[in-house]
Amino acid sequence: MTESLAITKFSDLANPTRFLALAARLLPWMAGLCCLLFAIGLYLAFTTEGDYQQGDTVRIMYIHVPAAWLSMMCYSVMALSAIGTLVWRHPLADVSHKAAAPLGAAFTLIALITGSLWGKPMWGTWWVWDARLTSVFILFLMYLGIIALNRAMDDPSKAARVSAVLILIGFVNIPIIKFSVDWWNTLHQPASVIRMDGPTIDGEFLRPLLIMAIAYTLLFFTLHMMAMRNEIWRRRIATQRRMAARTASREV
Amino acid sequence: MSHAFYIYTSYGVTALITFSLIAWTVLDGRARRREMAELEAAGIRRRSSVSAHEGKQA
Amino acid sequence: MIDLLLRDLKLSVRAGGGALIGVLFFMTVVAVIPFGVGPDLNLLSRIGPAIIWIGALLAALLGLDRLFQTDRDDGSLDLMLMQEQPLVLTVLIKCLSHWLANILPLVIASPLLGLFMNMNEVAIGAVMITLLVGSPALAFIGAVGAAVAVTLPRGGLLVSILVLPLTIPVLIFGVSASYAAVEDPAPFLPPFLILVAITMFFSVIGPLGAALALRNAGD
Repeated sequence: MTESLAITKFSDLANPTRFLALAARLLPWMAGLCCLLFAIGLYLAFTTEGDYQQGDTVRIMYIHVPAAWLSMMCYSVMALSAIGTLVWRHPLADVSHKAAAPLGAAFTLIALITGSLWGKPMWGTWWVWDARLTSVFILFLMYLGIIALNRAMDDPSKAARVSAVLILIGFVNIPIIKFSVDWWNTLHQPASVIRMDGPTIDGEFLRPLLIMAIAYTLLFFTLHMMAMRNEIWRRRIATQRRMAARTASREV
Repeated sequence: MSHAFYIYTSYGVTALITFSLIAWTVLDGRARRREMAELEAAGIRRRSSVSAHEGKQA
Repeated sequence: MIDLLLRDLKLSVRAGGGALIGVLFFMTVVAVIPFGVGPDLNLLSRIGPAIIWIGALLAALLGLDRLFQTDRDDGSLDLMLMQEQPLVLTVLIKCLSHWLANILPLVIASPLLGLFMNMNEVAIGAVMITLLVGSPALAFIGAVGAAVAVTLPRGGLLVSILVLPLTIPVLIFGVSASYAAVEDPAPFLPPFLILVAITMFFSVIGPLGAALALRNAGD
C-alpha cells in the first residue's frame, strides 16, 4: 500500500530537489502519525489478554512479528530501488537502497533479539535452528554484507550500482535459501520443539499486531525518507567541497 | 505478569535499537545541515547547473 | 572462447601455486578438525561429509578475488568489456576455467581426505559426486562476489563475506545428499537433483550478475 505509493513518487521525482521539498512537507505528518500509532499499539499490546497457552509472552509477538515482516519488506524496497538504479539510472534509487540497508539491518536485529527472547521461555533455549530464525539470520548477514560493500567503496555512484547488483542477486536467492533452510530443518528438526505457528491468531491479538505493523511500516518510511535526505545532503556537500577545491586550485 | 523479564527486555531492546536508529538519523541530518550552513557561510553556493550535473552522476 | 579458456588455464597453471595452495588449505582445514573434536573415529565418520563440504567451500572461496582482479590489473578486462562477444559468455568461460584450475583439484583431493575422516566407500563416493556437481555453483556465485569487489584493493575478505550466505543452499543440499547416500531411510536422488538444479540456476544467474557488476564497476 504505502510501498506502491512511494514507488510512484520515486518515478515522478527525478529531481532530488523536488524530493527534498516533498520530504520536508511530509515528514512531520508521518512522524506524528507514527508516534500516535505506536502509542495506540503499545497501549493495546499491554492491555489485551494474555494467551492461555503462551501466557504473557505473547506480548513479545507485537514487536517481534512486525519487525520480522519489515526486515523482508525493507529488502523488497531495496530490490526495487536496485532495479531503479540499474535500469533507469535513477539518482534517487541509489540513495534509497543505500539509506535502507542500515534500517533493514536494524529491524532484522530487532526481530532476531526479540525472537530469541521469546524463544527462551517458550522453548527453553535462546536459539533454536528453526527454519525461520535461520533464514532471518542469513538475511541479517546479507544486510551486513551490503553495508560493508557500500562502506568499502569511495565513489558513491559506483558503489550504488555495484551493490544494486548484489542486492538483486540476493533477492533472487532469498526464495532458494528459504526453501533449502526449510528442507534442512525438516531433516534435523527435533520433534519436541513447539512450532511458532501452532495456534491460529485470535482477533484479540490481531488488532494490536496490525496497528503495530502499520506503525512499524510508517516508522520505516519516515526514517527511510530522513536517511535519504541525509544522503542527498551528504552528496551535495561532497560535490560542493570538490567544486570549491577545484576553483581554489585554479585561483592559485 | 509471567515472564516479565523477557517481555520487558525485548521491549527495552526494541526501544533501544529504534531510538538509536532515530537518533542516528536525526543527528546525521543535523550534522549535514550544519556543514551546508558552513559552506554557505564560506560563500560556496550551489549553482543550478551543479544540481543537474550531480543528478546525472549520483 | 576456447582460446580464452586455454589462456586462463595456462595462466593459472603457470602462475602456479593457486590450485596447490587451495588444495593445501583444504587439507589443512580438514586435518585440523580432529584436533578440535577429538580422534573418535565414529564421530569423525559421522561428521566427515559435512566437514569435507565445508572445507571445500572455504577453499573454493580462497582464490576467488583474483578471478577478475588480475585481468583488471593487466588491462585485459577492458578488452573483454569491449569485445563483441557477450560479456556473459566471457564470464561463464572464466568461471569454468576457474573451476577447472582451482576447484576441480579440491574434488579430486576429497577422497583422500574422506579416508582421513574414516568414511566408508559409499560416503566417499557420494561426497565426491556431490562436490563435483555442486562446486560449479560455488564458482558461479563466487564470480558475482568477485565482480562486485573487483575495484577494491583488498576485496578478498569482503568477497567471502558477501558470497558465503548465498552458498548456504549448495552446502545444505550437497551435505544432505551425501548423508542420504549413507543413511538408509533418506532417499539420495531428491537432494541430489535439487543440487543439480541449483548449479544450473546459478550458471545462468551468476554470470549474468557478474557481467552486470563488471560493466558497472568499470571506471
